[in-house]
Amino acid sequence: MYKYDHYDQSIVDARVAEFRDQVERRLAGEITEDQFKPLRLQNGLYLQLHAYMLRVAIPYGTLNSGQMKMLAHIARTYDRDYGHFTTRQNIQYNWIQLDQTPDLLADLASVEMHAIQTSGNCIRNISSDQYAGAAADEVTDPRPWAELLRQWSTFHPEFAHLPRKFKFAVIASKEDRAAMRLHDIGIQLVRNDAGELGARFFVGGGMGRTPMIGPMVRDFVAADDLVSYAEACLRVYNRYGRRDNKYKARIKILVHELGKDEYIRQVEAEFEHIKTLNLDPPKAELERITAFFQDPDYDILASDDLDLCDPDFALWVEQNVKTHKQSGYAIVTISLKPIGGIPGDASSAQIDIMADLAKKYSFDELRVTHAQNIVLPHVKKSDLYALWQKLDEAGLATPNLDLISDIIACPGLDYCSLANARSIPVAQKIAQRFSDISKQKLLGELKLKISGCINACGHHHAGHIGILGVDRKGVENYQLSLGGSGAEDVSLAKITGPGFDEDGIVDAVEKATNVYLKEREGDERFVDTYRRVGMAPFKEALYD
Amino acid sequence: MTDIFSLRDDSPVSETPVSIEEFLGNSNATAVRIEVGEDARQLLPYLDRIALIQVSFPAFTDGRGYSAARILREAGYDGELRAQGDVLLDQIRYMHRCGFDSFAPEKPLNAEQVDIVLKRFDAVYQAAADQKNGGHQNPVWNLRHGN
Repeated sequence: MYKYDHYDQSIVDARVAEFRDQVERRLAGEITEDQFKPLRLQNGLYLQLHAYMLRVAIPYGTLNSGQMKMLAHIARTYDRDYGHFTTRQNIQYNWIQLDQTPDLLADLASVEMHAIQTSGNCIRNISSDQYAGAAADEVTDPRPWAELLRQWSTFHPEFAHLPRKFKFAVIASKEDRAAMRLHDIGIQLVRNDAGELGARFFVGGGMGRTPMIGPMVRDFVAADDLVSYAEACLRVYNRYGRRDNKYKARIKILVHELGKDEYIRQVEAEFEHIKTLNLDPPKAELERITAFFQDPDYDILASDDLDLCDPDFALWVEQNVKTHKQSGYAIVTISLKPIGGIPGDASSAQIDIMADLAKKYSFDELRVTHAQNIVLPHVKKSDLYALWQKLDEAGLATPNLDLISDIIACPGLDYCSLANARSIPVAQKIAQRFSDISKQKLLGELKLKISGCINACGHHHAGHIGILGVDRKGVENYQLSLGGSGAEDVSLAKITGPGFDEDGIVDAVEKATNVYLKEREGDERFVDTYRRVGMAPFKEALYD
Repeated sequence: MTDIFSLRDDSPVSETPVSIEEFLGNSNATAVRIEVGEDARQLLPYLDRIALIQVSFPAFTDGRGYSAARILREAGYDGELRAQGDVLLDQIRYMHRCGFDSFAPEKPLNAEQVDIVLKRFDAVYQAAADQKNGGHQNPVWNLRHGN
């Protein structure tokens, strides 16, 4: 894992001092709320329905147990004893007092963490593959590249006031576990014919009210050009992205309106110029960062044998444990989706337990996933049973990874000032409807995602089943859509037809799954069947 | 007229800047202003005879002026580069890093506070226009490797 040097630490410490000063000036009335807003936003502080919400950055979703413990400490000390892990691999706290935020940020800085650029119209936290460094199918660990981009984008002076927020994802596998092409810039690391690593750039993806899949704009950007090329992509956007309409201000609209080819032409011209400025870090810098991400000290003699005679343990292994690149080891996902729970929420006690288990069983490392779960990336197979028992005691062993109850949901109208409808109660009711695990397993991989408004924080466009909450004449109404995917088979879901009320949407989801069970062939997943048979049989079942 | 807050050694240019259109039509002016949305690159052929370029910020949230400033500095412009309009204390550091060295804020800035803001961060990650502009902000990426 990356470790700060004194430069990194001084930047984060200076930010704490700066924000302390800004909060003091705000509390003293020297700056207006309008002037304070972009400052607090660039520190991840939102004014929500009931209180301030603070979002803490977890760069590329990786953290150690000390950092995880700090997240528990913050939940206990400054919030109501829980935190909410987000679809951008961050954590947010919903009940924060403004005057306490400088101390909270100082606590974070003491474990090399911050809330820099977790909101606002700037480059946000860089997200990545939660299995990075452990996956068998990656060409390299994407996190050093993500860390380089984290540093480049931190307090970037030219790109602090973009037309709109800007999200990067970096992956290095063919399998896309990070919804890479639904980001403003998605980067897939690849090797060229000469065997060199480089970055394939996809620009202009996104969800929100106008979902788009990012087109590829360059199939190979060499490591030495990464920063210059990213600067060029951003400069064209900063200069020409729309600022007249918040809903047309994302880069996807610029790329769409200019056309991919014209955007590429402008970026290439800008890149040719920027490349002459010598902005790229020396080669040694990526090497320095990469050295922090070496494999942990695996026991190369560790056995692949696993005793599965406990059926509950076997169920969990089958669902939540994935293949590791190192024999004798496995990747474990801790589901934060207990039936009837709030997706992505964890109590401070649970966060502490996960930290302790990471220390004991996973080389001190944890990951946050964009599906709002936690990963222990490097667990010895011989430790799995002991680990599972401890998770089970803490209510953290729900065996539902990628099943219908592993729901992504935004905070919705229970917390969010933008929301039109509640997301959490719908997620809870759907999970309860399908609480029988054998029923869930019968349905197989089924990604269900719920957003409480058109901004799509709950990724409903990318759900095999997507649900969008809207306000219809003062009543919450839920639209159903089918066939989306945020994975390597990326696609946007299509609306089935008129929406449903809160109980109606739960019935509608069940009807859709019944159509699948009736129509499926072979080992098709829900989304495969939908793609083959189309919308018609689903519509028929839903609206007749 | 607004007070000019300058970080330059020479005194601020007193000439009233003209629009780009006027400048391109009138070869005598040595001070020109860029409104948001105007292309700073139009001025690149004339930089050696310009003493002041003023970039307008009608709202501090409109960041186009930052790119305009860098483009001008990258092309070698070393005259006065002035940020005018909704110029606030908390954006000064970014502006300075992009090459602005004078400010015409709608509401006056406190010199002491500006000084604190400019000195707050000892280190920066990325290169910007301030390498040529005082030279004190050598990126961490270079410092780490003895460059």
